[in-house]
Amino acid sequence: MKTLLAGSALALIAVAGAASAQDGISACLITKTETNPFFVKMREGAQAAADAAGITLYNYAGQIDGDHESQVQAIETCIANGVDGILLVPSDSSAIVSSVQQARDAGILVIALDTPLNPIDAAHSTFATDNFEAGRLIGQYAAARLGEEAANAKIAFLDLNVSQPTVDVLRDQGFMTGFGIDVKDPNVIGDEDDPRIVGHDVTDGNEEGGRRAMENLLARDPDINVVYTINEPSAAGAYEALRAVGREDDVMILSVDGGCPGVQNVADGVIAATSQQYPLDMARLGIEAIARYAADGTLPENTPGKDFFDTGVRLIAAEPVEGVESISVEEGLELCWG
Amino acid sequence: MAEFHEKPTLLRRMQHALHVTPSLVPLIVLLAAIALFALLVGGRFFSAGSQSLVLQQVQIVGIVAAAQTLVILTAGIDLSVGAIMVLSSVVMGQFTFRYGLPPELAVLCGLLVGLGCGLINGLLVAYMKLPPFIVTLGTWQVFLATNFLFSRNETIRAQDIEAQAPILQFFGQSFRLGGATFTYGVVFMLILVLGLAYALRHTAWGRHVYAVGDDPDAAQLSGVNTKRVLISVYTLSGLICAFAGWALIGRIGSVSPTSGQEANIQSITAVVIGGISLFGGRGSILGALFGALIVGVVSLGLRMMGTDPQWTYFFIGVLIIVAVLVDQWIRKVAS
Amino acid sequence: MPLDMQSPSSSREPILTARGLTKRYGKVVALDRCDFDLYPGEILAVIGDNGAGKSTLIKAISGAVIPDEGEIRLEGRPVHFRNPTEAREAGIETVYQTLAMSPALSIADNMFMGRELRKPGLMGRLFRQLDRPRMEAFAREKLSELGLMTIQNINQAVETLSGGQRQGVAVARAAAFGSKVIILDEPTAALGVKESRRVLELILDVKARGIPIILISHNMPHVFEVADRIHVHRLGRRLCVIDPKAHTMSDAVAYMTGAKVPEEMKAA
Repeated sequence: MKTLLAGSALALIAVAGAASAQDGISACLITKTETNPFFVKMREGAQAAADAAGITLYNYAGQIDGDHESQVQAIETCIANGVDGILLVPSDSSAIVSSVQQARDAGILVIALDTPLNPIDAAHSTFATDNFEAGRLIGQYAAARLGEEAANAKIAFLDLNVSQPTVDVLRDQGFMTGFGIDVKDPNVIGDEDDPRIVGHDVTDGNEEGGRRAMENLLARDPDINVVYTINEPSAAGAYEALRAVGREDDVMILSVDGGCPGVQNVADGVIAATSQQYPLDMARLGIEAIARYAADGTLPENTPGKDFFDTGVRLIAAEPVEGVESISVEEGLELCWG
Repeated sequence: MAEFHEKPTLLRRMQHALHVTPSLVPLIVLLAAIALFALLVGGRFFSAGSQSLVLQQVQIVGIVAAAQTLVILTAGIDLSVGAIMVLSSVVMGQFTFRYGLPPELAVLCGLLVGLGCGLINGLLVAYMKLPPFIVTLGTWQVFLATNFLFSRNETIRAQDIEAQAPILQFFGQSFRLGGATFTYGVVFMLILVLGLAYALRHTAWGRHVYAVGDDPDAAQLSGVNTKRVLISVYTLSGLICAFAGWALIGRIGSVSPTSGQEANIQSITAVVIGGISLFGGRGSILGALFGALIVGVVSLGLRMMGTDPQWTYFFIGVLIIVAVLVDQWIRKVAS
Repeated sequence: MPLDMQSPSSSREPILTARGLTKRYGKVVALDRCDFDLYPGEILAVIGDNGAGKSTLIKAISGAVIPDEGEIRLEGRPVHFRNPTEAREAGIETVYQTLAMSPALSIADNMFMGRELRKPGLMGRLFRQLDRPRMEAFAREKLSELGLMTIQNINQAVETLSGGQRQGVAVARAAAFGSKVIILDEPTAALGVKESRRVLELILDVKARGIPIILISHNMPHVFEVADRIHVHRLGRRLCVIDPKAHTMSDAVAYMTGAKVPEEMKAA
């Protein structure tokens, strides 16, 4: 037993020695989970960029969304490994800020991907989709498609979850802004009094939740004709609920993400329009920023006028409307993820 | 004098009635909840449409809760139910779309995978004598990881399934009866629960399930083959979860490897609210169905009132604790 | 007056015998070449100090323990029980100290646990439906045969019964199915004076029906009241068999504890 312990300790030291002996650049990618296609795509992008730049990439993830314990452990491991930069998709915006500070104190470049930290300058930089803009685009599209009927719309909001995470609030309030609804406090979902809002329900961002939430809101008002959804799986669930009551053809579903099944659903008329985001770009740009930082200490810069680096968002619509810029389904399918 | 004696005996008689018919409490709570929301929300809630919607919303949890009930009656617990369910549904989908199997055969394969997962649980519990909590804590992770690895995190879209393998959505088909809509999944859940209620009450196997949960040593000494009973229960539970996976495809239209993550907790919640003792050997499977329906009624009722969804969790939490308190009180009839 | 009662006055053959039973648990020898004889129609008490190995002896006879060496014969034929079910099928029923009953299940369910009756015809064969009316009638009949019909409801859960009533149901279960031998393990240990008395009467009732009984007990007054012969177990084997009418309780305790050695063994 003792020899076994001693042996494995030796092996560990050897491995650690090998790791620290590397003189090349290394980086960490820490995502929320390993199961969400969004993060799978992000890892692919990061790996490709890292291979191209000759960077050693370590991958970590929480077990479930919200598992910041695992993320803290991952950051500690990265510090111990002496990496040059960390790309982090924080599970909890506030909970892991002190660990991020430790990494920065160790001279590591920390870039938040997709989800900003709170405060946003806890990381050196944030590479993310402008989620408010993503919501605004589909809101604007929905209003333009309805034309004058927009004044009589009955809108259901299918949000993420009860804790109202930032991305949830930004997309929801962005949609309202685009549609022309007074959002009152832009940091809170549900304080609006516009009579066109039938109600809000939560979906956990999956099909089952989307279907249940849609059913609940239909029970409240069967005449709903516009459905905002937090993401495309919940949109697919909402569609099933509408199909069950035979209303799938006269209700407009709007969504956000731009995953391949979602874009295909736009092509099939399940979803009217979706805002596409680019996880692969986030990761690729992040790795490139780490390479520059490792070379000469250059820090990444924010998009002018924003407190983060905007990796872009585009509207995908099968039927474009005048006055709202959009790309076609074919273009969307080329850029999609998952 | 008479009055003085009347009160305790009435209470005692109630306690006795509940002891004999353990599903009475959840049934009363269910009816009270329906009546309460009918008053608060009005006709919109108390309509055939809304009531049958509750059935549709609880069908998956109801089917899984039936499986969970069998395991909990043997004083076990099955944390892997949700993982078995989603793995089975992914096998049904991917065998059809990736390997090009006829969908009927793929469904059969999915059912067999569920059965096999249950068998693994059963063998580990019965022969390795490991606590069910530990066994299924482990297999939960194993089955879930297998699900993600095998599915490559790919979702199969509802439109593709509808076009190429509609049998996968079989349980999603519906028919109308008056103002109510019933899916085959709901019908399956009801038949399953009634069938299991019969088996548990009127067959030797059912009596043995209770006996094993009540006191495994006593059952063994009385001549019950406890190992065989445990294996049959976990295997059947796995098979039922595979059927839940099939029903899940009907419910959400697509095959999604990320769905059903909370089915284990939700099914245990339904079972506990349904008055089935976590210590085994007591309770009725009808109670589990009522438990699932109570959660469904409370959720829909509160949502139709427009309350913050957080209140749903709040009330379900309260219900769990009250259910266990009532269980403790009923047990006192023995002493 | 014969001290050694190993061959009682009647010249009948024993119904159950054991010769040279040995059971070791690691270095501990629980049974050391132990012999045992039970004659038809008798109540044989087995007494012994804690750790003397009497429960291992009983487990070997009831199939719960497989002896390392030795032979057991039932009605002259050698038997090798691998589990309690096999012993039971051979006609040896045991009432364990824990009673081996499922408290939440009914009296009828418990009496038929592991040997339920199915309905005749399609319902039984295809749907495996239990024949409750027949099981309940049988249970009621067996309980009333032993004068236990103070229990009103055969579908009552066993946990609603008093300790004595539970013991009664367990004994009735054994008597109903135990065609050859009934083993009672400490049947009065958990009971009060009144209930103990009822159980002792019950034991005599069973004996009157011609079924031989092996009674394991620490309670000397109870043993001396009902036993025909007493098997004294010491250090993993049979020390002697005594006649309760010819010996006092203090003799029995003295043999049991080794304070006194039986006459003929001194000679040996």
